[in-house]
Amino acid sequence: MKKLQCVVVAALLVAGVLLQGQTVEGPIRIGFLVPLSGPYAQNGRDILNGFLLLLDEIGYRAGGREIQLLAEDTEGIPAVALTKARKLVESDGVHLMAGGLLSSTGYALAPYIDSMQIPMVYPVVSADDLTQRRGSKWIVRTGYTGSQPNHPFGDYAYHTLGYRTIATIALDYSFGWESVGGFQRTFEEAGGRVTQQMWTPVSVHDFAPYLAQISRNVDAVYALFLGRATLQFMRQYEEYGLKDRIPLIGAGTTTDEHALPFMGDEALGVITALHYSAALDSPANRAFVSAYRARYNKLASYYAESMYSGGKWVIAAIEALDGQVDDREVLLNALRAARLTDLPRGSVELDAYGNPIENVYVRRVDRVNGELQNTVIDTFPRVSQFWNYNPAEYLAQPLYAR
Amino acid sequence: MAEPDAALGGPRPPSNTESMSPRGWRLAIVLVLGLVFSAGPLLFSSYWVGLLTQMVILAILAMSLDILLGYTGLPSLGHAAFFGVAAYAVGVLATVHGAGFWTCVAGGLLVGTLLSAVLGLIVSHVRDVYFLMITLALGMVLWGLSFRWIPVTGGDNGISDIPTLAAHSGLPFAGPLALYYVTLLVFIACAGVMALIVKSPFGLTLRGIRENEGRMKSLGFNTWLHCYLSYVIAGAFASVAGVAWAYYNGFVSPTYLDLTASSELFLMVTLGGPATLVGPVLGATAIVLLKNVMSAYTARWLLVLGIVYIVTILVAPKGVWNLGPSGRSR
Amino acid sequence: MTYLITQTLNGLFSAALLFLIASGLTLAFGVMRIVNIAHGSFYMLGVYVAYSVVLRTGSLLLGALAAIVVVGSLGFVMQRFFLRRFGSDPLAQMMMTMGFALLFRDGALMIWGGDAFTLQYPPGLSGSMEAGEVVFPLYRLFVIFVAGLVGVALWLVNEKTLIGARLRATVDDPEMASATGINVALLSGLVFAAGAGLAAFGGVMGGPILGGYAGIDFDLLPLAFVVVIVGGMGSLKGAVAGSVVVGMIDNFGKALVPELSYFTLFAPMVLVLAIRPRGLYGRA
Repeated sequence: MKKLQCVVVAALLVAGVLLQGQTVEGPIRIGFLVPLSGPYAQNGRDILNGFLLLLDEIGYRAGGREIQLLAEDTEGIPAVALTKARKLVESDGVHLMAGGLLSSTGYALAPYIDSMQIPMVYPVVSADDLTQRRGSKWIVRTGYTGSQPNHPFGDYAYHTLGYRTIATIALDYSFGWESVGGFQRTFEEAGGRVTQQMWTPVSVHDFAPYLAQISRNVDAVYALFLGRATLQFMRQYEEYGLKDRIPLIGAGTTTDEHALPFMGDEALGVITALHYSAALDSPANRAFVSAYRARYNKLASYYAESMYSGGKWVIAAIEALDGQVDDREVLLNALRAARLTDLPRGSVELDAYGNPIENVYVRRVDRVNGELQNTVIDTFPRVSQFWNYNPAEYLAQPLYAR
Repeated sequence: MAEPDAALGGPRPPSNTESMSPRGWRLAIVLVLGLVFSAGPLLFSSYWVGLLTQMVILAILAMSLDILLGYTGLPSLGHAAFFGVAAYAVGVLATVHGAGFWTCVAGGLLVGTLLSAVLGLIVSHVRDVYFLMITLALGMVLWGLSFRWIPVTGGDNGISDIPTLAAHSGLPFAGPLALYYVTLLVFIACAGVMALIVKSPFGLTLRGIRENEGRMKSLGFNTWLHCYLSYVIAGAFASVAGVAWAYYNGFVSPTYLDLTASSELFLMVTLGGPATLVGPVLGATAIVLLKNVMSAYTARWLLVLGIVYIVTILVAPKGVWNLGPSGRSR
Repeated sequence: MTYLITQTLNGLFSAALLFLIASGLTLAFGVMRIVNIAHGSFYMLGVYVAYSVVLRTGSLLLGALAAIVVVGSLGFVMQRFFLRRFGSDPLAQMMMTMGFALLFRDGALMIWGGDAFTLQYPPGLSGSMEAGEVVFPLYRLFVIFVAGLVGVALWLVNEKTLIGARLRATVDDPEMASATGINVALLSGLVFAAGAGLAAFGGVMGGPILGGYAGIDFDLLPLAFVVVIVGGMGSLKGAVAGSVVVGMIDNFGKALVPELSYFTLFAPMVLVLAIRPRGLYGRA
C-alpha cells in the first residue's frame, strides 16, 4: 500500500524532472525515429546501426560541435511516431530529425513537420508522393521513391533481358503499387505486356494459393516482397517447381541483404533493381560493408546503408554551416544543397523536389565464396524519380495505384 | 465483487465490497489524477500537454469499454473499431468532402454509433469467451476494410491533413493548451454521463446480468436488449474518443483499429480496475506514461511493460484501483 | 482439375498446421477455461528454439525435440505459478497471458534479433512431387501426414487411456472430477504444457515454409482462434473439423476472391458465432 503510493509519487517526481527545459547552446541534437520494437524492429535497428556506425567514425562531432543522437521507438505505428516526434521537437528541442520506415508514418508526420518547420530527413520512406504531388518543403528524402529504380528496370527487362510478357505478384499496399506501377509503365511503353497482376495481402504467409495461379505462359515473374514475406515467397516459389520454369525478377527489397543471408539456393539468379547493393565494387562501399560487418557481424542491407548515407548528408550540411545550425531555414537549405560524391551507393544529389538523383543498379543473386550476394550486372547512372519524363507532365498524371 | 441486492435495481448506490483499506488509496489516486489533469498542463511543456491530451482521450475510450467489459461482463477485443471508424469518418468528411467542424463531429459520432447499433444486433446474444472471439473477428474484418477500401480510407497510408481543432471549429484559442482543455471538458461530460448510466437502474441491471443472467431473465428483464444497449452506448462513447483522436493527431490510419490497439485498450481497463470507471482512467494514464517515459530509456520497454503487467496482475488482479487486502483473490 | 487438386492439398496443408496450433489451445480451454493470448507465442518460441539448436547441431530432429521440451516446460511453469492461482477468474488469467505474450515477443526480439529466417527442410523432403500436371511440394505432404499422426495419437490418448478418461471427466465437470480424486491442478498443468509443446512443434513443422519472424505470434493467434471457435472450444473433434474448414476456406477464398482475402477468414467466424453462439461443436 504505502510502498505503491511512494512509487507513484516517485514516478511523478521523475516526470517533473523530465519536464525541465534544456539549454540552448551545446551539442547539435538530432532526433531519430524508427521502429525498435514490434514486427519492423529489425529494419529499424539496421537503419539506426548505419547511423551509429557513421557517428562513431566521426567521433560524434561535426562542424566543431558535438552531435547528440536522441533515438525514439515508433513501434511502426504512425500515431506513436507522431507522439515521439512531438517529444523530440517540443521537449528535447532537436535541431533536425531523421528516420521513418513505413510510408504511413511518412505521411502521418508530414503535416506536423510542416507546422513545426523542422528539417526532416527520410532515409527510407519511399512513398512517391512525399516528394511529388504532396511534397513538403521541410522533408529531405535521401532514399528513393518506390517507382524510381523500377522505371529503368522495366526498360531493362524488355530490352536487355528480352522479356515480352510478365506476371507481377506484389504486396498489396502503396509500396507495392508504386513499384509495380513504375515497372509496368516503362515495360509496357517499351512494348512489353504485363499479362497478370496479383496482389497479396500484407498478412499472408503462405503464398501457395497465389502460386498455383501464376500463368505458365509468361516470360518472367516480377515479385515485390520484403522481410519475412520475401523469404517465404522465394522458398515457396521454388517449392512449387516454378523456379525452374519461369525466371524470377523483382524489386530491390525482394533480394535485399536484410533477407538474403537467410535464403538458400532458391534465390540464385533472381534479378532485381535498387539504388544500392552490398556487393557494389567501389572503395567507399567496400569500406562501409567491412566496417559494418566488423561492428555488427552482419551483411549491410540497404536499410543500413540508408542512414549511413543519410547521416553523411546531415553531417555534410552541418559542416557546410560550420555547426551554425540553429536557423532551421538555413539548415534546410544546406541539406538540400549537399552533394555527396563518395557514398557507398555512389554519387548523389537532390532534385528540386527533395528526392535523390542517384544510380540504379541491376543486381543478380550469385553465390560468391559461399555467400549469396547481389552482383551488380548493370548500372543506370543518375536516375531521377521522374526517369526520362518531364516532371510537370509526370506530376499531371495520377500516382501509381492498383 | 458480488452485489446481487444492488443488482436487483434498488436505488442504493453500489457500495463496492471492500470498505476501509482501499479508501485512502483511492482518495490518493483521485487527488493525484485530478491535480494532474486540471492544473498540470499549466506547468508542463507542450509535449506533456500533448501526452495529457492523449491520456484524456484514451480515458474516454477505456471508460466506454468498461461499460461493456466491467459492468456488463462482455469482454470485447474489438472495441478500437468504433474509435477508428469514427476517426475515419472525421478524416473523410474533413478532407475529401471539406465538411465543416460540426458536420465532422456529428458524422463521426453518427457513423461510430450506427455501426455499433448494427453490429450489436449480431453480437448481443453471444456471451463470455465467445463474445471475446466474435468481437475480435469483427475487429479484424473492420481493420481489413480500413486497409482494403482504398478509395475511401487511403489504404495503409490512411488520411492525413485533417485540420486542427482551432482552425476547423473557429475556436478563438489555438495551440495544445486549448485543445487539451476542450478535450478535458468533453472528458468530464462523457465521464459524468457514463457515471450516471452505470448508477442508474439500467446500469444496475447490467451488473445483474454480469453476475447472473439467468436470474435477471427470470425476474423479467430483457437481457438481450440490455446487452445490446450497453454495446451501443460503449460504441457511442468510443466514437467520441475517435473524433477527438482524429483532431488530436490530424490523421487516421488502419493502426487505430487493429488488434494491438484493441488489446492495449483491454489492458487499460483490466489493469486500472474493471467496473469502476476511475480504474480505466488510471489504466489509460499509466499506460501512456509508461510507454512514453520508459521508451526514452530502454529499447526493451515492451519487455518491461510485459513484466509490469504480470506483476500488477499478481498484486492486484482486480485492478490497481481495487488494490487492497480484500481486493485480492485467493 | 489440376488446379482443384493443388488448392485442395494446399488447404489440407494449412489445416494440418492450424490443427497443430489449435489443438493445444482448445484443450487448454476445455480443461481450464483459459483463453490463452500467449498461445501464438508458443508457436513462435518453438521455431526460434529449434532454429538455435539447428544452427549449433545441424539436426532438425534435435531442434524439434528441444522446442517441444523447452516450450512445454515454459508452459508448465506459466500454468503452475502464474495461471493456477487465478483458477476462478478467467479475466485475470487472460490478462496474465497477455502480459506473457508481450514478454515473449520482446524477449525473443532481444535474444534472437528481428531478422526473419526459415528452417532447413528435413533430409529428402525438399523437392516436389509431380503427378501428371499436379506439382506439389513433398514437405507439405509430410506435414499433412504428421499432423494426421498427431491427431490420431491425441484421439487415442483421449479415448483409450486413463489420463484421457480423467481429462474427459475434467472437461465435463471440473468440480465433480476433483471430487472423485482426480488431481485437476496437475492435470491442468500437464494439458497446458502439452498444448504449448504442440504449438512449438507446429512452429518447427511450419519452419521450413513459414519460418520465424518477429510478429508471427500475433499473425497466427487470430487464425488459431478462428479454428477453435468454428470447431467449438474444448473439443478435439472440433479442432479437426475447424482446421479443415478454415484451411479450405482460406485457400479457396484467397484463390477465388482475392479481393476479399482480408475477410474470408473472419467473416465466416462472425457468421458461425452469430448463428451458433457456442461454435459448431461447442458445449455450454
